[in-house]
Amino acid sequence: MIAKQQNQKAWFMVLPVFLLVAFSAVIPLMTVVNYSVQDTFGNNQFFWAGVDWFRNLVHSERFHSAFLRQLLFSGIILAIEIPLGILIALSMPRRGWGVPVCLITMALPLLIPWNVVGTIWQIFGRVDIGLLGYSLTALGIDYNYTQDPLAAWFTVVIMDIWHWTSLVVLLCYAGLCSIPDAYYQAARIDGASRLAIFRYIQLPKMQRVLLIAFLLRFMDSFMIYTEPFVITGGGPGNSTTFLSIDLVKLAVGQFDLGPAAAMSLIYFLVILLLCYVFYTVMSNIGMESTNHGGS
Amino acid sequence: MATITLNDIAHCYSGPSDDPDDYALKQLNLAWRDGGAYALLGPSGCGKTTLLNIISGLLIPTKGRVLFNEQDVTSRPTEQRNIAQIFQFPVIYDTMTVFENLAFPLKNRGRSKKEIDPRVIELARMLDLEDNLHTKACHLTADAKQKISLGRGLIRQSVNAILFDEPLTVIDPQLKWQLRAQLKSLHKQFGFTMIYVTHDQTEALTFADEVVVMYEGEVVQVGTPEALFERPEHTFVGYFIGSPGMNIVPCAVDGDRLRLNGHEIRLGQRYPAPPPGARVELGIRPEYLRLQPPDRDGLSVAIVRVDNVGRHQVARVALGEQLFNVVAADLSGLTGDRASLVIDPARANVYVNDQLYRGATS
Amino acid sequence: MHLSLRQVCKKVGNQFHIADVSLTFTAGTLNILLGPTLSGKTSLMRLMAGLDRPTSGSIHVDDRDVTGVPVQKRNVAMVYQQFINYPNLTVYENIASPLRLARLPKHEIDRRVDKVADLLKLAPLLHRSPLELSGGQQQRTALARALVKEAALVLLDEPLANLDYKLREELREELPRIFTATGSIFVYATTEPSEALLLGGATATLHEGRVTQFGPTVDVYNRPENLISAELFSDPPLNTLPVTKLNNSMLYKSQVELPLIDRMPELPDGTYTVAFRPHHLFLQRPSPAAIGVRAEVVIAEITGSESYIHVDVAGVRWVLLAPGIHAHEVGSAIEVFLEPTTFYIFDRHDRLVVSPKLQTTR
Repeated sequence: MIAKQQNQKAWFMVLPVFLLVAFSAVIPLMTVVNYSVQDTFGNNQFFWAGVDWFRNLVHSERFHSAFLRQLLFSGIILAIEIPLGILIALSMPRRGWGVPVCLITMALPLLIPWNVVGTIWQIFGRVDIGLLGYSLTALGIDYNYTQDPLAAWFTVVIMDIWHWTSLVVLLCYAGLCSIPDAYYQAARIDGASRLAIFRYIQLPKMQRVLLIAFLLRFMDSFMIYTEPFVITGGGPGNSTTFLSIDLVKLAVGQFDLGPAAAMSLIYFLVILLLCYVFYTVMSNIGMESTNHGGS
Repeated sequence: MATITLNDIAHCYSGPSDDPDDYALKQLNLAWRDGGAYALLGPSGCGKTTLLNIISGLLIPTKGRVLFNEQDVTSRPTEQRNIAQIFQFPVIYDTMTVFENLAFPLKNRGRSKKEIDPRVIELARMLDLEDNLHTKACHLTADAKQKISLGRGLIRQSVNAILFDEPLTVIDPQLKWQLRAQLKSLHKQFGFTMIYVTHDQTEALTFADEVVVMYEGEVVQVGTPEALFERPEHTFVGYFIGSPGMNIVPCAVDGDRLRLNGHEIRLGQRYPAPPPGARVELGIRPEYLRLQPPDRDGLSVAIVRVDNVGRHQVARVALGEQLFNVVAADLSGLTGDRASLVIDPARANVYVNDQLYRGATS
Repeated sequence: MHLSLRQVCKKVGNQFHIADVSLTFTAGTLNILLGPTLSGKTSLMRLMAGLDRPTSGSIHVDDRDVTGVPVQKRNVAMVYQQFINYPNLTVYENIASPLRLARLPKHEIDRRVDKVADLLKLAPLLHRSPLELSGGQQQRTALARALVKEAALVLLDEPLANLDYKLREELREELPRIFTATGSIFVYATTEPSEALLLGGATATLHEGRVTQFGPTVDVYNRPENLISAELFSDPPLNTLPVTKLNNSMLYKSQVELPLIDRMPELPDGTYTVAFRPHHLFLQRPSPAAIGVRAEVVIAEITGSESYIHVDVAGVRWVLLAPGIHAHEVGSAIEVFLEPTTFYIFDRHDRLVVSPKLQTTR
């Protein structure tokens, strides 16, 4: 009996958290769900729209291209930042004065606010006063991110790599530091090459931190908004209009609350689904024989 | 395979120093023959791991030379010394199967599959790992993992030496027995030079033909298990080897007479007079003491406590202020709290300032 | 005070970490949990401490149900395998820390810390930092911190596992004295049978989350109720032989025939396991009734005073423990002797049916 009473009390203890989550997540989400099935012409007048917005969106050319652009962007970012991050982490010193120097240098880009990063690169890339833009033009390369979609992509990707590779580096470095020296010594005794050490010791031992790095970078890059908005505003044309930029255009620019709400929901579900897939796949790598050998 | 010679080795972690107290390893000379089984035994902080790291090439000694087969390898890195090492905690390649783990050192050296496969299968059979050959190594128990680490050393027939750094630390007692026996059989079969570092006397004594006992950075005795047990050259060896350790009690020696707490015992040897002011002690193993009923011959002692440790009993007895441990199979014949203590004079050792004092047979 | 566990189960996922454990401990007793790694010792301690909640069953203190009560509200102290101390506090402050949390007056803290420091021989070290201490002293400090609370229940999870062999020996000797000086319930987990015997008290043998036997330590050792308890409580490992009893003999593969003595002829025909300890396997005939068996030497381990000879008898591996030095070549054929009066016989359900005559103990 005593135990039961305590259980009831415990529910009251979690009530604040419950309310907080309700107000910060559940209720806003439900508002979005509410908007996504209605239409409005302002004046707080709403009409039932059913799944029309979703149907329209799924068949919309504009949504498709923004979605593909977004996937491409995340793909490029991950393909560059993860290997680059591992590489830098591997080449960082393990002891001595170089450790704090490297760690602080790596942490610097992470400390800069998103919009400042955007502004920095916007100026950096300008052909008239920016070092990057000016130098490239001086070298005879046709570079102008306000006109050339390729240059715009190049700028946004480079900027993201500059901003976020450090995160991957720091996570990997932490993973590498937790490997006991005995493993390296054993590998040297076994005559393992540098590559084999990486493949059979460092990579497996980094698996967990890599999973976290991968998921964080995926989610962040899939939702990127501020920096491309500051640099290119989604242009030239629609070439750097990612999902989040498109969403804001739709919701704030055109005030199409219904379609924007439907898009938010689809966006949210896509991220959830992809994260789940990545998590399942990556945590099972190298664990194939779990079922017949667990001790 | 190789003979290993340590020439005037000394190590100080803070670099060369004039103060001998700075040295984690004081000057020592050791020569190990090819194919021998050796153990470095001592409490933590005695320098045994430092010495092992010098042999494996992880540390370059401040002074002295390391020779493998008369060849100076002092400054050669680990990978060029052609040794194998088994660590305190099993080091295995998690993502590989047992087979791949065992084959790894050969694969790295570019051996062909035709050469590798039969060797791995043969070795797995000797290590009782054949049933798990295609299981991922990370799913095995600690003792099987430790066998894999050992196997990776044994698979190369050319290794100069196999070094063990307290390899049974994480193994359960019952499995320790199996693994220890297996290790010893493998040593007999392969004939590699093996060096085993431990603080556990049972492991050291059962494994090695010759045990190096270390204490505070110095080698205090090198000898066979039997010599360490019967004739410890230093009181520390007497205390450290044996369970319980040797009884070491203050006494006086005069020729072939030993005076202990007002009693006189005739020793089997005649000793020269010890230097004046020196600390003279009697060292006698608990196994060589006997308790009889109090009405029989012997030194009259009070029984303080009797512990039953399974296959034998350990009695703690007091001769005046001096306490002795006595090991006996069965003490049920003793009643009351007094007994007669009999010392076997042939097994009594005399120590002067902690060093074994030698006499002549009279 | 009593602590009782009633039909406690702990299930994690689909696995039972603890299965149907019922135990009762009374105040002022030392209770040992003996079992290999992963047998459930730590899980059981976490349940007793209130760190985990059992899946089913209940935990009572003096007939009061405390099953759901969290650790903070229970009067418990815990000591772990790792030496856990506050590195930036002195030994004194480390020991005093639980009392400071309880806001005891200063003179009371002083009194209690001094008392426990005396008991654990830490008095001269009180103003040092734990980092300056040896492993043994650090673990004493952790132990003192657990004792100073005067908690009703003190849990020790392999407290000596990380210490050197000799330090373990010393602490093992002191612990029973320390335990009896306080009135708490002590629960002590260990993997080592010899440790359990030295500590005394009561022992519960654990196997795969089940308690296979609970009783006074010496009784569990001398009269194991089942084969698993006997195997768990034997170091070196127990020797066993599966036999078939038919009419007036017990046979193993028609190669070993055991005569039936005492109560053995009364046993119904069927399959049995005969077990005996390694020191009851002999190199010389110990009595006229002893049985000689041909054996092949697998390996001989010599400690300097004793020999462990691993032998193979028609496919069964035994260990023979004999005093003195007996070097036997690997593969040589010898005759070993079994003494039927030392046999434990287990039926096909592994329950004890015949036990040897108990050694009379003082």
